[in-house]
Order: sequence, then C-alpha cells, then structure tokens
Amino acid sequence: MARIAKPDRQIETGATRDQTVLKPYFRVAWQVFLKDIRTELRTKEIFSSMSVFSLLVVMVFVFALPGKLKEAGDVAPGLLWIAFTFAGVLGLNRSFINEKDRGSLEGLLLAPTERSAIFYGKALGNFTFIIVVELLLAPIFSLLFNFSVLRVELLPVLLLGTIGFAEIGTLFAAMAVNTRAREVLLPVLFFPIMLPVIIAASQSTAAILTNRPFEEISSALGLMFFFDLIFLVVPAMLFELVLEE
Amino acid sequence: MTNNEQLNNSPGAGTVLEAERPQVMLRARGITKSFGHITVLRGVNLNVNLGERVILLGPNGAGKSTLMRILAMLARPTAGSIEIAGIPSDEARASIRSLIGVISHLTYLYEDLTARENLHFYGKVYGLAGTELENRVEELLVKVGLERRAGQRVRYFSRGMQQRLSLARAILHQPPILLLDEPDTGLDRQAAEMLGQVITEPDDQGQPRTVLMTTHNLERGLALSNRVVVLSAGRIVREVSAANLAADEVQSWYYEAIRR
Repeated sequence: MARIAKPDRQIETGATRDQTVLKPYFRVAWQVFLKDIRTELRTKEIFSSMSVFSLLVVMVFVFALPGKLKEAGDVAPGLLWIAFTFAGVLGLNRSFINEKDRGSLEGLLLAPTERSAIFYGKALGNFTFIIVVELLLAPIFSLLFNFSVLRVELLPVLLLGTIGFAEIGTLFAAMAVNTRAREVLLPVLFFPIMLPVIIAASQSTAAILTNRPFEEISSALGLMFFFDLIFLVVPAMLFELVLEE
Repeated sequence: MTNNEQLNNSPGAGTVLEAERPQVMLRARGITKSFGHITVLRGVNLNVNLGERVILLGPNGAGKSTLMRILAMLARPTAGSIEIAGIPSDEARASIRSLIGVISHLTYLYEDLTARENLHFYGKVYGLAGTELENRVEELLVKVGLERRAGQRVRYFSRGMQQRLSLARAILHQPPILLLDEPDTGLDRQAAEMLGQVITEPDDQGQPRTVLMTTHNLERGLALSNRVVVLSAGRIVREVSAANLAADEVQSWYYEAIRR
C-alpha cells in the first residue's frame, strides 16, 4: 500500500525535475504572472480599457471642475487617486473574468501546488498593469491640470498604494468571479476595504505635492504598509476556499 | 521499473507515493454534493482499480460532471471522502493533483496563446523544464496532429482542434490517472480514434493508465472501457463488466436502470 509522504518532503521532491526554477509554489505563481503579461502584450485588452477609462475620468474632472483648477493643489491628489482607482477596478475585473469565461481558471486550479500561488501570480500581474497605467496617466494629469504631480518623492506612495490595491483587488475579484453580478459586486466589496488605503494615499500625495514635512505622512505610509502586509498574508490562508466550490 | 518509480515520473508528484502503487487508484466513499437545497450526488461509492478503464453513463443532470469535478479536486463534496492512488485527498491535496490528467467540457486553453505556448505554460506549471519540456511538447503536438498549427493562436482553432490540444494538455505531465468528462465532444472520427489510442495505450513507462470517462457515445465508450457504471439521480444504479457487451444490450438495461 502507498504511504503518505510528509508534506515538507512533497514540496522538496516536487521540484526534482526543475532544478533551475524555485519550488513549485513560486514556479506556478511566476508562470501565471508571465502568462498574464504575455497575453496582455498580445491583446492589450486590459491595458487599453484601463488607460482610456482613466483618461476619460480625468477629462470629466477637468470639465466638471473648471473653477477649482486654480486650487489644483487641493483637489489634484484626490482626483488622481480616484482616476487610478476607477481604472484599476476595470482591470481587476477582467483579470479573473477572462479566465473564468474562457474556461482556463479550472486549468489553473489543477496545478499541483497550493492555490494561493495563483493569487500571487495574478496580483503581481495586476500590480504591473495598474502601475504602468498610473505612470502614463501622471504626466497627462499634470498637463491637463497645469499642476505637476511628477515628483520622485511620490514613488513610495504610488508603490504602497498600488501594491495594496492589487492585493485587495485581486482577492475580491476572485471572490466575485463566481457570482452572477460579478462586475457590480467587485467595487461593492472592494471599495469599503480599500478606502483607508485610498485616503492614506491621497493625503500622502497632497502632503508631498505641497512640500509638507515627512512626519505628516509617516502615519499614512505606515497604514498603507500595514494593509499591504495583511493582504499579502491573508490570501495564503483564504484563496483555496475562495476559488473552490 | 517499479510501479513506484513510474508514479514518481509524474512531474510535480515527486515522491507523493513512496511504496507500491495501490490496487485502487480512485476511491470515492459516500460522496454527497448539494448546491443549496438541491442534492446532486447522494452517497456515491466508486472504486477504479489500477489500469482499469471505467465508463460512467447517465442522463443529463445525473451528477456525472459533478462527480468528475470532485474527483479532480475542483469541488469539495458536502459529505464523503476521496482517495487518489491511496492518498486521502485532504492530506496532500496540492501534490496529488499532479497524478491526475483532466479533460472536461472546458478546454482549459488560453485563446490568445499559441498551441505550443499553451503546452509550454502547462508543462512549466507541472514542473517540466528545458529540453524535456521541449521534447514532450513537440512529441504531443505530433501525436494530436497539430504540429503544423503549433504556432497559431488557439482562438483560430475549431472546437475539435481545441479538444485535441486539450488532450495533449491533459497527458503532458504523464499522469497515471485520467478523468475524462465527455472528451469526444467535437472530435471527428480520426481524432476520436486518436483519443481512443491515448486512452488504451500504456503510458510512457509501459504502465496501463487508469481512466474514468463519461460519454454519450455508448459504442465508443464500450469499446474503450472494461467496466460500465450507470449514475442516475445522484446514485450509482448499476455496475457491470464491459467485456463482450454490445451497445444494444447496454441500451436496453440502461434505460431501465435510469427509470427506477
């Protein structure tokens, strides 16, 4: 009769054919990420919809708030993060819906490793798509509002905010994908949890753009870091349940 | 080569099994599955032995696909347990998935990747790499007759071609167990013969594959199987050896069995 190998030994021996790559868990996460990037480079489906939508959101602000443009420093950080957030949700929605509708999600679920590896691969892909759109939108935003948001000091805020956005959004996108009203459900689930990160990111951005001291943003950065850390760990415990019937 | 060595040749499986390959490769015990108030499976018990090819018959809604999904660990049963190659699924859920190859109604393929890229992706997920991966992918592309279309995106493939590629994907990592849910959907006669060949031929180590398959094509199913199991309203209502069974004969008692 067969004996059951110890779990640690399974992981250790599972990579015996693939010495050049990390253990199966990281291998699957990395392959999911590479596959998403390759598919997106070919179709530009997520990137084009996110970038066009974010641009439209900024244009709406420009026309809706003409009187406020003189005080752009007050409203710009909030508008910028609203544009990032709206565009990001669009991309997050597509990341799992595409897999589900095309029937490839179950293929991923058959991978011989913990299913949270899929989460980390997907979250890394979403982070990449969102950050690219943000980096493209920032100069356009600066031009349209005649107010530069192109400051290197903003990079930590952008990174911490976007990491949280990708982690939380990927988890909730996976939760929503098996429901009927998935495209509506994602923002409904996602925004209340994401709100502290968006507020902290907006406040930090405002403080940096108005040259306020670092002490004023340290607590906001700490909050974003805390959120990022929590939602880096939580999916490792939850993702199996999230995706399985 | 021992049975154990053969099992260990499933990439990613590693030494999930450390001793002889068990006689019962698939074991379902009291499987019940409910979706809300609807019970789809009602205490299903099923064993599939080493090297056995079992065909699962049943009308639409009988619970065949749900049972296959539970055995493939794509869904959890509401009650009951499964063992894959002697290993309780709850104890080594991730690792024992590498012992299974699955074909379902869905192809699990990426439309915007080429046939070759799809196989490379799944190969890497299962732990194949380097020249072994290259050789295995090219070998399978030839086997399923897609070598000339290997560089084309899957979205331009017909349903039958996608199903052939899906077959290659399912056996890419040389699993000792195949779970095939209507694998002949969309296949032409030539492709169906190729499917039959893959199911009945020994694997790369000369060991017989253990196969559980659903199909609505009774003649083809009987030709490929050793045993027939009929599922109706979530219960197994009949099991019989497929040796010397004619499709007409099966049809007569099949309809009687599912009416009960």
